[in-house]
Amino acid sequence: MKLSVNGKEHDVSVSDDMPLLWVLRDVLGLTGTKFGCGMAQCGACTVLVDGQPVRSCVRPAAAVEGRAVTTIEGLSLQGDHPVQRAWAEVDVVQCGYCQSGQILAAAALLQAKPKPSDADVDAALSGNLCRCGTYQRIRSAVHRAAELMEG
Amino acid sequence: MTPPQDSQPELSRRSFLKRSAVVGGSLVVGFFVPAPLRRFAFAQEPPGAAAAPALPPVNAFLRIGGDESVTVLLAHSEMGQGIWTTLPMMVNEELDADWSRFRVEHAPAATVYHSPVFPIQMTGGSTSTWSELDRYRQVGAVARTLLVAAAAAQWGVAPADCRTEKGWVLHGDRKASYGSLAAAAAQLPAPDHVELKAPENWQVIGKPTRRLDTPEKITGRAQFGLDVQLPGMLTAVVAHARTFGAKVRSFDPAAAQAVPGVRKVFAVPTGVAVVADHFWAAKKGRDALQVEWDPGPHAGLDTAILRESYRAQAKSAGAKAAAGGDVEKALSGAVPLVAEYSVPYLAHAPMEPLNCTVRRGAEGVELWTGTQFQTVDQQRVAAIFGLKPEQVEIHTTFLGGGFGRRANLVSDFVVEAAHVAKNLDQPVKLVWTRDDDIRGGYYRPMAVHRLEGALDAQGAPVAWRQRIVSQSIVAGSPFAAMIKDGIDPTAVEGASDSQYVTAIPHHRVELHTVDPGIPVLWWRSVGSSHTAFAVESFVDELAHAAKRDPLEFRRALLAKAPRMRAVLELAAEKAGWGSAPPAGRGRGLAVHESFGSIVAHVAEVSVDGGHVRVHRVVCAIDCGVCVNPLGVRAQMESGVVYGLSAALYGELTMKEGRVVESNFHDYRILRLHEMPQVEVHIVSSREKSGGAGEPGTPPIAPAVANAVFALTGQRLRELPLRLA
Repeated sequence: MKLSVNGKEHDVSVSDDMPLLWVLRDVLGLTGTKFGCGMAQCGACTVLVDGQPVRSCVRPAAAVEGRAVTTIEGLSLQGDHPVQRAWAEVDVVQCGYCQSGQILAAAALLQAKPKPSDADVDAALSGNLCRCGTYQRIRSAVHRAAELMEG
Repeated sequence: MTPPQDSQPELSRRSFLKRSAVVGGSLVVGFFVPAPLRRFAFAQEPPGAAAAPALPPVNAFLRIGGDESVTVLLAHSEMGQGIWTTLPMMVNEELDADWSRFRVEHAPAATVYHSPVFPIQMTGGSTSTWSELDRYRQVGAVARTLLVAAAAAQWGVAPADCRTEKGWVLHGDRKASYGSLAAAAAQLPAPDHVELKAPENWQVIGKPTRRLDTPEKITGRAQFGLDVQLPGMLTAVVAHARTFGAKVRSFDPAAAQAVPGVRKVFAVPTGVAVVADHFWAAKKGRDALQVEWDPGPHAGLDTAILRESYRAQAKSAGAKAAAGGDVEKALSGAVPLVAEYSVPYLAHAPMEPLNCTVRRGAEGVELWTGTQFQTVDQQRVAAIFGLKPEQVEIHTTFLGGGFGRRANLVSDFVVEAAHVAKNLDQPVKLVWTRDDDIRGGYYRPMAVHRLEGALDAQGAPVAWRQRIVSQSIVAGSPFAAMIKDGIDPTAVEGASDSQYVTAIPHHRVELHTVDPGIPVLWWRSVGSSHTAFAVESFVDELAHAAKRDPLEFRRALLAKAPRMRAVLELAAEKAGWGSAPPAGRGRGLAVHESFGSIVAHVAEVSVDGGHVRVHRVVCAIDCGVCVNPLGVRAQMESGVVYGLSAALYGELTMKEGRVVESNFHDYRILRLHEMPQVEVHIVSSREKSGGAGEPGTPPIAPAVANAVFALTGQRLRELPLRLA
């Protein structure tokens, strides 16, 4: 099947039921997308498909053929997407394992809603678990990213 | 604490040089101080002690490159707690290098990296920061001394006439960069003594400092154990039994082997391994696999029945953990207040599922894993392969959360990976699924506390008897020597040494140690994860019985514990204790000392449709000298969330020997929309530094339970908290 990931075309030969997560990690070597639960409960595997957040652990790669997949590696060239800049400024990360998913979910939210309310942030990010408990800083960083995007 | 035997010899100097010779194409000069490597034990002494122990071998901890890079090697594992930043801060307090040039690496497994307070290389007990405060500062000080000496020799001036600034040595109008001096400095004899800066001159310690690991963690570049990829590597999953202590009776590999990509199916001591080209094939192979199990001796386990047996046992006397006065007499002369508290088994559930990659080579074995227990893992894997410990090289990756789960006394997932690798020629990555993690044991033990207390005529507590029923974490392990007179301190800490309890004239803390066959382990804050709930809830009950304000009652009880009282007062003041809470909300407080630090929380809660909602937590901490206030704040927020997940949702149950829960849908953890506003206040202090990773967790459950009582009058004595 043909997959478009971070603007690059890949031809991969995998079973039809293989989730996008494992194609990204084990076939394409893009390990920034994380495995946390395997059943769309934690959001660690979040990627963007045509700009929409998708849990790649339950989405077969075959289902995203012909669509644009963006992983954390492709969010920005220099790690300087406004969400990433805000994350650094607010000192969000702890263990860091869930943060690829958090950052992509936040980027998708801000794309859809440039000035999100706290309730919008809650709704968009409550599917992304963080065992270290960085939630409070994630909230502030999303708002900070909104400011940075506004310029 | 008497951890495992210290048996592996020092990693050779040659091996260090081999590692450090070329990094990123530029020559990197490592300092080498040819002093005898003596154990570094002075962190147990008060700061500024007169004894002058051996200085640490700087080359093992620090490399200064010709490219001006400053690389700090971490003797402990970064699992979110922030030592990737804190330990380099200590180095730079003395080194005076350019912070933007700092890089950090996990050290290999070697005796030189043994903890200053335990004779193994490990991360746990909230010790990394306080125990390294001297060693990592000394590393910086020795390096700076050598760099200054090298510059002074070049210029023909006295070292004392030189100064340093942000990676430069200066003398008059001359200056030389650290990188340009590194090679010459490496040739100089190391000083046998360095003066560390007095705390009042600190520039780095105490300054809020952002994390050094952020760039790789926000771009997906950070390598966790699960991200390790090696040429020719296979992936393994293991079919585990559903009951603890079960054994494989027989298995039919045919269906698993029929899955495309599956290479090999074989038994290991813990189950049946399915090895494939990638995770998905291995997982599908495991799903298809047919295994017959001998369910073993624990197939009848039921946590509801177990809890009732604990409750029954709590009514009789146990082994003495602490005692003062005559509690029998004091209780018999009054109508005692009696309450039973219970907490369930809990999984650590770090976000990164457990994993370990193993590669066998001609000279030994290499492991890649996020571990908190390098020395233990090294020894156990060496035994499996018939190697010496130093032939097992450990590459510590970032840990996607640890919380104690990756400090396993029997190295469970690492040992399993070794057994899988023993059957293969290729490198292999063992991956646990979330089910494997939640159902895999090594839990925070279930515990029941029975409390009996009495007040005098003035409402002051005069008697306190606490009987704890729980499992020993360290029994049967290399840490079993921690058990004294039948007491595993990890089961009673936070109660037997509580300043509340010992302040009561007649007190007694007893322990019944049970062994139902469920593997248990240290879970963030260990014994305090349940003792704080029982102690602080019962103190609140006594305050209510005495018809006293919860804060005033505690202040009186803590009359001889000024630090603890001050922390409690700070949290109460910042939370507006004494003023009416917002409509529909109740406030509760709790204070607890653990891991050398004191934390108080005031929780503000409401009740909505039978659910407890926590809106605001005001936290105060006294951790003595605070190295990185930004990091301590993060750890308080983190400890609150970890404790709230347990207080509101966390529970593992067993029926017919099987763990019922399996993943985040039925083992719930706090989500972002449930996150309270957390405000952290740090006591400014020059007292001995304490921990920060764990102490934020214990007081949150009782603070919330006490707030629920204040709001509803319902005293909730079981975790997770469930309203009637």
